[in-house]
Amino acid sequence: MNDRTLKILATLSLPSITGLHAGQLTSSIEIPRLDVAEYHRPYVAAWIESEERQLVANLAVWYDTEMADREGETWLKDLRQWWRKGGRSLELPVDGVTGPTKPVGKHEMAIDLDQTAMAELPAGEYYFVVEASREVGGRELLRIPFQWTENPSAQGEVSGERELGKVTLHISE
Amino acid sequence: MKTLKKIAVATTLAAIATSALAHRQWILPSTSILSGEDQWISVEAAISNNLYFPNHHAIALDNITVLGPSGQELEKQSTAQGKIRSTFELQLEASGSYRIFSGRAGMFASWEEDGERKRKRGSAEEFAAMDLASMDKLQLRENASRVETIVTSGAPSEIAVSGTGLEFEFITHPNDLFTGEPASFRVLLNGEPTAGVEVTFVQGNDRFRNEAGDQTLVSDENGLVEIEWPQAGRYWINASSSIAGGDFHGVPLERSASYTLTVEVLPE
Repeated sequence: MNDRTLKILATLSLPSITGLHAGQLTSSIEIPRLDVAEYHRPYVAAWIESEERQLVANLAVWYDTEMADREGETWLKDLRQWWRKGGRSLELPVDGVTGPTKPVGKHEMAIDLDQTAMAELPAGEYYFVVEASREVGGRELLRIPFQWTENPSAQGEVSGERELGKVTLHISE
Repeated sequence: MKTLKKIAVATTLAAIATSALAHRQWILPSTSILSGEDQWISVEAAISNNLYFPNHHAIALDNITVLGPSGQELEKQSTAQGKIRSTFELQLEASGSYRIFSGRAGMFASWEEDGERKRKRGSAEEFAAMDLASMDKLQLRENASRVETIVTSGAPSEIAVSGTGLEFEFITHPNDLFTGEPASFRVLLNGEPTAGVEVTFVQGNDRFRNEAGDQTLVSDENGLVEIEWPQAGRYWINASSSIAGGDFHGVPLERSASYTLTVEVLPE
């Protein structure tokens, strides 16, 4: 390992050392079974918003990563809020954030918030946001508010009406 | 008799107002927000009675300019000059905001000759060469109009102010419009914020409503208007202004300017 690598590693691990908070986020996002003639797996984005509804951390983006010529990116704009708040200024793909679409069912997500921008952000109210958009289908956006503190402990649950099933949030130290 | 005359005048004015409102100019993109690389859109341009259905006249292709994010002119592809609408496609290779517009400036004269009403449209040079002083009941008008739409591929870029005619300075980016979020635009006349300009906005698909539902706002002392979108959809926005104190080679000149914009408003 040369000096340069060491420096980079030190920089990467910095937030966990000096960060104001330590938080583990787990969430379950349910993609419901829909009785429709033409079904495509939805595009889904999950992120954290500040009280002023600004995107502060991207957590997950599931889209069609397999199409030739990155054509799957054409429909990312249909995740309308995610696209305007952060998606359009990202260089895709993003390691640890973007991935392929998911089938019907419950999908567990576990994220070390110390490794996200949250580590550096002040205590206060934030939102966990999930948006789903389906080709020749609909779109839905769900928000779960939570308090970000020095010793975070938050739980929330909300159910979508059509494009999303149950979405749960659990944040602990 | 006097009353009858008044009624006649009122009717004529109403008819003028109605026809002016009825013929709406627009440039409509197939979509205004795009993601991914190498995207294509189609564009229609027309003057019609209903938004956004061609049913009257095309806006001439030759009058339409497309500028890319860095200000370079973009080639119109798959062009077709129709009777009731012009169409073309655009390949959006660069990330940023594209302006698609038709700008027109011209002078119009009407006068009487041997008891007959004559009309002429032309350039300032043409009118300057005419013997205006000797013309009977001469009315001279000058109008500068711009019809526009804006589309964005990827992240939006700043939309520069042209500094000529009537236009908007976009406090809210025209490709960042959502219900529940008021949009704010500043009306500029020759680059200066202008108060008291009427800005009308109306949602598309008026053909399927009994009342078009136009709403009119007036720009405040800083030239600002704030629009609250009643619903998601396409909106036609028009600002019109008459400019005081015109004179053309000693003849009074009525000057006016207009700016027309088509935008998409998305649901929250």
